[in-house]
Amino acid sequence: MRQAWLRRPSSRHDLGLAPAVALVAAIPSAPADAMDIKRVTSPGGIEAWLVESHDNPLIAMRFAFCGGAAQDPEDKQGLAYYVSGMMDEGAGNLDSVAFQERLQSLAMRMDFDASRDVMLGNVQMLTANKDESFDLLRLALAEPRFDVDAVERVRAQILAGLKFDENDPEEVASLAWDRLAFPDHPYGRPIKGTKASIAAITSQDLRDYVRRVFARDKLVITVVGDIDAETLGPTLDHVFGALPGRSSLAPVADAKPPLGPTREIIEMNVPQSVAQFGQRAFPRKDDDFMTAYILNYIIGGGGFSSRLMEEVREKRGLAYSVHSNLFPYQHGAVFVGSVATQNEEVAQSLAVIESELKRLAEEGPNAEELASAKSYLTGAYALRFESSSSIANQLLWIQIEDLGIDYVKRRNDLIEKVSLDDIKRVAKRLIEADRLITTIVGKPVDAGPKEVPG
Amino acid sequence: MVMSMFDQLVATLDPRAPLILAGFGVASMAFAVARDSASASPRVVEFTLTNGLEVLVIPDHRAPVVTQMIWYKVGAADEPRGSSGIAHFLEHLMFKGTDAILPGQFSKIVAKNGGEDNAFTNHDVTAYFQRVAKDRLPTVMAMEADRMANLRLSEEDVTTERKVILEERRSRVDNDPSSILQEQMMAALYTKHPYGIPIIGWAHEVSALDREDALSFYKRFYAPNNALLVIAGDVEPDEVRRLADETFGKLPPHGAMNGRSRPQEPEHSAPMRVELEDARAGRLTVQRYYLAPSYASAAPGEAEALDLLMRIAASGPVSRLYKRLVIEQKTAASAGGWYSDSGLDAGRIAFYAIGAEKISPAELEQAIDGVIAELRDCGVTQAELDRARSAYLAEFVYTSDSQSRMARHYGWRLATGMTVADVEAWPERLKQVTVENIRDVARKYLLEKNSVTGILVPAPDRTSRGEQPVHAPVPGRS
Repeated sequence: MRQAWLRRPSSRHDLGLAPAVALVAAIPSAPADAMDIKRVTSPGGIEAWLVESHDNPLIAMRFAFCGGAAQDPEDKQGLAYYVSGMMDEGAGNLDSVAFQERLQSLAMRMDFDASRDVMLGNVQMLTANKDESFDLLRLALAEPRFDVDAVERVRAQILAGLKFDENDPEEVASLAWDRLAFPDHPYGRPIKGTKASIAAITSQDLRDYVRRVFARDKLVITVVGDIDAETLGPTLDHVFGALPGRSSLAPVADAKPPLGPTREIIEMNVPQSVAQFGQRAFPRKDDDFMTAYILNYIIGGGGFSSRLMEEVREKRGLAYSVHSNLFPYQHGAVFVGSVATQNEEVAQSLAVIESELKRLAEEGPNAEELASAKSYLTGAYALRFESSSSIANQLLWIQIEDLGIDYVKRRNDLIEKVSLDDIKRVAKRLIEADRLITTIVGKPVDAGPKEVPG
Repeated sequence: MVMSMFDQLVATLDPRAPLILAGFGVASMAFAVARDSASASPRVVEFTLTNGLEVLVIPDHRAPVVTQMIWYKVGAADEPRGSSGIAHFLEHLMFKGTDAILPGQFSKIVAKNGGEDNAFTNHDVTAYFQRVAKDRLPTVMAMEADRMANLRLSEEDVTTERKVILEERRSRVDNDPSSILQEQMMAALYTKHPYGIPIIGWAHEVSALDREDALSFYKRFYAPNNALLVIAGDVEPDEVRRLADETFGKLPPHGAMNGRSRPQEPEHSAPMRVELEDARAGRLTVQRYYLAPSYASAAPGEAEALDLLMRIAASGPVSRLYKRLVIEQKTAASAGGWYSDSGLDAGRIAFYAIGAEKISPAELEQAIDGVIAELRDCGVTQAELDRARSAYLAEFVYTSDSQSRMARHYGWRLATGMTVADVEAWPERLKQVTVENIRDVARKYLLEKNSVTGILVPAPDRTSRGEQPVHAPVPGRS
């Protein structure tokens, strides 16, 4: 395959802006324009966004409870992740096996995922089975069993997974980077926990997390597919109505990623070093966020259209994969990239990346780059609305990030109005090329710890 | 269940799709259920241009976007001996340029048109695709037709891209012990058939590939009469026919393509074992492969029975293997398996288990063997068959929700010799499978002599690597 699909670690959320969005001035209208997003409020007061589509006999529902892994107590790291693995392990009168067989009989899909700021739920069902499917979801949310046998099985799975992660250079580089970028903050801790913290988590901890976080005041819901508003209203009450009205979340402080230069090398016996580099960035609500988002596309978010791909891969053949991303977590935003290059040349890859970042900070992108980025980002926005499930995902993140129900219609204008002066100013504001935090896993040659300049 | 914890590992263990985009899943017959005739969407339409290019249109008018895929009926198993990796190398080079497209501009032009593009290589097929707004279809179709005949390569392009591919190989294989073991298991399963050669190529052979290798492979296999065009999305078949005639239709066909004859695998007479001890293995993992036919090579009904056998035996947390090893015996942290059904010449069956703590390789292997023996001796129950089959059939509804997955599914099947009628009759054939059919294929194909067992054992770390960084971080200026 020509280009690595960007692997999105579960620790990071989908910006709803990811590489798929685009729009060319000349592309008529985003499908989004034609899409009718309804706000449905249940008789019991639970709100959901709905896009009706009766072309296929299926329903996609996505929801999120605000309060993800950042709610893990310091000595219970990995708790949210553990909960996410327990949600299909039995509920009500169904033990784990009975629950899984029920899912299969209904041809229903249900999974949960803990990200930094939110606990995500993702459900797909056939219209023909919708009553039974929603009922099973209700059971999973309201009456999870946390049977000892299942709790221990999932614990063993998480521990096995951690053992693999320990030997995965990408994972090790990423965890080390988070630790350096978010010292003394929940974001600096591993979402999947540690061997010791997972060993210490009890069934009661799992129950407590559910009670604290799975509440209606921090819940956002999107539904797409073969269901109408009249049916959805009462269904929302049935599925989510039994949850507590109020969550009880621990306050999370705003993180202040320290300035580098910092370079940490973790030795691992592999032929290719994996490096992660990055720095602080702007929050989602910052006036310059959208400009920074376009800038990231030009730096390393835009695949073969990006500067890093051009300089590192296309011109020099130093890597198969090199890319960057903006992660505007709710309590601290970062700009992060990664590259993988054989040990002998990884220092060269990093030098090329730093010099390209420096050049961009000083000169900014050129007019053609900005035009190309706008053209892709606005034109490809439509591609994110291809399936019920992908539409639901887009709308869910718009809700989580509180961008407004009209965001889909406004978004391309926000991109179009960014000027060359704007992006040059933001390149100076954002990029701190001599202040990067870098982690390298492998046996890099001559990539030693970074000296403090001056 | 935290199967997701093992997603990446399982993707590595699964040799079906080594160079395929993550997120698309693997080709599976599950997608092949024809749309219900009551559905609003029209069925697929197929036709052939005068130069031999096959075209398939899958209308889906829900969003104003289209997916274009061009499938070449050539893959890594068609490479000249000693030139492993050339099919995949050429796939990369196809993005370099033509007379009309300046070097390195192909993907940039697609992006400027608000589109996304990529490509993948398999043992049997090589495919290129774009997703664009529907009014950009003429642009990307013209570009795709252009590079079918007019590829231009400089020595420098080839030299740089060879470095990129060696980095890709390091990322995918050399950096990962489970991939290294999987590569060796495939070589042991296919001693004679080129499915035993890695798609990305052996490193020493890739290092020697040059511009001439790429161009001669291109000239031999890239032609309208050796390709299939699939267009899915907001289009009408007539419009696609007109556009295809104006673009691909102008290209001359090659002479006879001579079919695809690969050395076939002989009967095996002894089981094989591959063991790898590695400090970075993580956890003990035992895998078992068996030679089996694919949908394309099987006798009527056998592939459908194998397909359902493996759904029941090893797919997900309700499977036999997971229930026995993970839930009941607690010998494994996770376990599963699959039927690789899409090969042109052969398929395979695979089982894997990730050991629980303190389980020995022999104990874990014995546990897998127990489940396999039970399948061979007693088959499956009617209740298991009914539940697995209905869930399997329902998967098509989910697949048909995505035009790009539909394009991929039909493309895969048609490019490996099936017809639209075959694809659409599949649900009916699946419905005819009985527990007796399943028992018969289990007895016929789960044979020890046709197997390869792979064992990945964590070794004590003899390197200096520890949890501590060897260099302390340098604090920045405050």
